[in-house]
Amino acid sequence: MEDGRRFRGDGGLNRQSLLWGAGLAAALLLWVVSWLHLETAADLAIQVIGLDRSRPLGSALRFFIYEVPKVLMLLLAVVFAMGVVHTFVSPERTRSLLSGRRTGVGNVMAAALGIVTPFCSCSAVPLFIGFLQAGVPLGVTFSFLVSAPMINEVALALLFGMFGWRVALLYMSMGLMVAVAAGVVIGKLNMEPYLEEWVRKLQNSSPGGEYETGAVTWPYRFGEGVKHVREIFGRVWLFIVLGVALGAGIHGYVPENFMAALMGEKSWWSVPAAVLVGVPMYSNAAGILPVIEALLGKGAALGTAMAFMMSVIALSAPEMIILRKVLKPRLIAVFAGVVAVGIIMVGYLFNMLF
Amino acid sequence: MKQVKILGSGCAKCNQLAEAVRAVIAAEGIEASVEKVEDMQEIVAYGVMSTPALVVDGEVCCKGRVPSADEIREMLSAAPHRCCCGDHAKGSGRQNGTCC
Repeated sequence: MEDGRRFRGDGGLNRQSLLWGAGLAAALLLWVVSWLHLETAADLAIQVIGLDRSRPLGSALRFFIYEVPKVLMLLLAVVFAMGVVHTFVSPERTRSLLSGRRTGVGNVMAAALGIVTPFCSCSAVPLFIGFLQAGVPLGVTFSFLVSAPMINEVALALLFGMFGWRVALLYMSMGLMVAVAAGVVIGKLNMEPYLEEWVRKLQNSSPGGEYETGAVTWPYRFGEGVKHVREIFGRVWLFIVLGVALGAGIHGYVPENFMAALMGEKSWWSVPAAVLVGVPMYSNAAGILPVIEALLGKGAALGTAMAFMMSVIALSAPEMIILRKVLKPRLIAVFAGVVAVGIIMVGYLFNMLF
Repeated sequence: MKQVKILGSGCAKCNQLAEAVRAVIAAEGIEASVEKVEDMQEIVAYGVMSTPALVVDGEVCCKGRVPSADEIREMLSAAPHRCCCGDHAKGSGRQNGTCC
């Protein structure tokens, strides 16, 4: 293995990494083989049950039997990889990378790091303050705060699984654009007076930005990947099954282009309307995506659906309430407004491109 | 008597950590006071950027995750200022008890 030199030189660990290597290789092989046979298996299952693919019930059931394992398998691969990546990028490390960066470069870096840094919305406040303490500029901090929840591995894996890699990649780049633009705008507006007093006092108070790098072994990193998979799967698998079931129902029974009039390309107001509805809503990517797939299948425009999804994931009423502890209402309003406008623009762009 | 603090804004994981810590304390018969800290200013004062975090006798032992019962036992039984976060301690990566 090329990274053998990273391991401590004792025999026990080498054996452990060898076991990991063999196990992962076997898992990968199994994964690829199953992946290639998903469609055949779904067709076979429908035949065995004795249903006709061209009838609504057969069509809906086949959609379900094919789609659920496909999405779960992609999620498995992406979440495992991200669990491993997380062992390289702690919030502390990200902070020290961003400390003292200028507007522009700093915002781009913050948005990109937001994708790979482990982040939980419940620690948004301590993270926000930790960044400001270490001298990360306010606008750069906001770029991170927009990108981290919006562009997460679950969202990307599900988009990939349901709409293909192009849409996933586009979501990622559009999300990065929103995060960078929102951070730059907030940075230029000089909003520091709208931080709560106790937060202002802490700004730049410990610009060291040090972090520990322990001796991290590959077996440890892989173990973290497995842990991450367990954690995420426990939380989202039911959403995916329910969501795809809903999608399958619509797939089989709701008439084609049912949504076209409401969320189609022709109605210009549909993008801002979708964002306005989505902003206060709170859901994770898993909960919202299958619904979006169902909407798209029936003629809703891609840009409108993506804008809805971004606004649900990136902004929510509970998040605003948490942020109220560190931001004055005016800065919260600016934050929500700037991000919402960015998402609306991205929605129109998506609609133009597809 | 150990002073144990759980830092977190009341999210699901914070409650998990508090329960796990209480369970270990009860099972091992460790003498300790457990306090949940939800005030942001106090949490931030510990320099923690990801919650939940476990503080034993004033030192941050673990942050951003819920450690296993074994790890918690180790953190609670370590001598003062020797508590190990175990973050990078899996396998034999940690030697001669170096701490984070």
